[in-house]
Amino acid sequence: MSQVIVYDKPDRSEEEVASAIRAKFPSVELLKVAPRRLHFRAPRESLFELCKFMRDELAFEHASCVTPVDYLDHFTVVYHISSWTDHILAEVQVDLPRDDPTVDSIAPLWGGANWHEREAYDLMGIVFKGHPDLRRIMLPEEFRFHPLRKDFIVGRRV
Amino acid sequence: MDLDLSFNAMTMTVKQFGDMTKTFLREATVATGGKKVVDKLTTPIWSWGQRNSVYPLHFGIACCALEMAAAGGPRFDLERLGIVFRSSPRQSDILLLNGWISAKLRPILRTLYEQMPAPKWVIAMGECTISGGPWYDAYNVIQGADTFIPVDVYVPGCPSRPEALIQAFTMINRKLTAENRGSFLGD
Repeated sequence: MSQVIVYDKPDRSEEEVASAIRAKFPSVELLKVAPRRLHFRAPRESLFELCKFMRDELAFEHASCVTPVDYLDHFTVVYHISSWTDHILAEVQVDLPRDDPTVDSIAPLWGGANWHEREAYDLMGIVFKGHPDLRRIMLPEEFRFHPLRKDFIVGRRV
Repeated sequence: MDLDLSFNAMTMTVKQFGDMTKTFLREATVATGGKKVVDKLTTPIWSWGQRNSVYPLHFGIACCALEMAAAGGPRFDLERLGIVFRSSPRQSDILLLNGWISAKLRPILRTLYEQMPAPKWVIAMGECTISGGPWYDAYNVIQGADTFIPVDVYVPGCPSRPEALIQAFTMINRKLTAENRGSFLGD
């Protein structure tokens, strides 16, 4: 008795997914295509539509991580969105201006992004529009700062 | 003692009679010096019982809690000293703080301290609990447990070893012996 394991084949290749996204969203910049990886940079106006398209049409089932990065002159929010059907992990970057770090929330699309976005709001101060419950997740409610920003003074306690 | 009351003994309620008897006994023991003698004899027994059953609260915060667990394990075995970890603050005598105290944890620890019944002691274990430790300039770590709770024994170390924790309990023991509290007849 031997058990035969049949691994599923991906439905689409990386190039097919990339060309589908490029055809639908001309404003999305394709940074890199690697085996099982896709790297995009999207303007923040089209992020929600892009994610909706990726989830509904391209079978991206899972938002793994939402990461804010502070580059001093601007913020970048990095989304890692994976597709088990196509064996692809897509990385979507969104640049936000320093004085207005506001972006559409993807928590209505993937419920798992809910706490990731709350963490990004808590520690970096990114405001996610349309988030169902945007509160601080780790620090006490009465704190009035976002400690992981580069301009936060270490040792400050107010 | 009020001798006039004895004339009204038939018309007293039970409670009044009990109060009168209690007052009489207390005054009689104090006046004859019997209370002093009984206290002198029973206080060491009470104190012995107290210092052989110090129950710390089983509350682990950070990595010093691993040393607390090691001290409770088979190698160091705190239970041979009568130190049994209890899960409820209502049943414990010692609040054992082991780890950094974040701003969110501080009111919870204060509540735990208030919930413990009256003869209670606090052990601050590890650098973080004593003074903030490596987080001396952190925005979210309280700089020392003694900023909001009276601390009896400080155990240094990062983390402290189980022997150090046992020594802390020995110091609590010595403190209890010196206080020599507890009396049979009450005050």
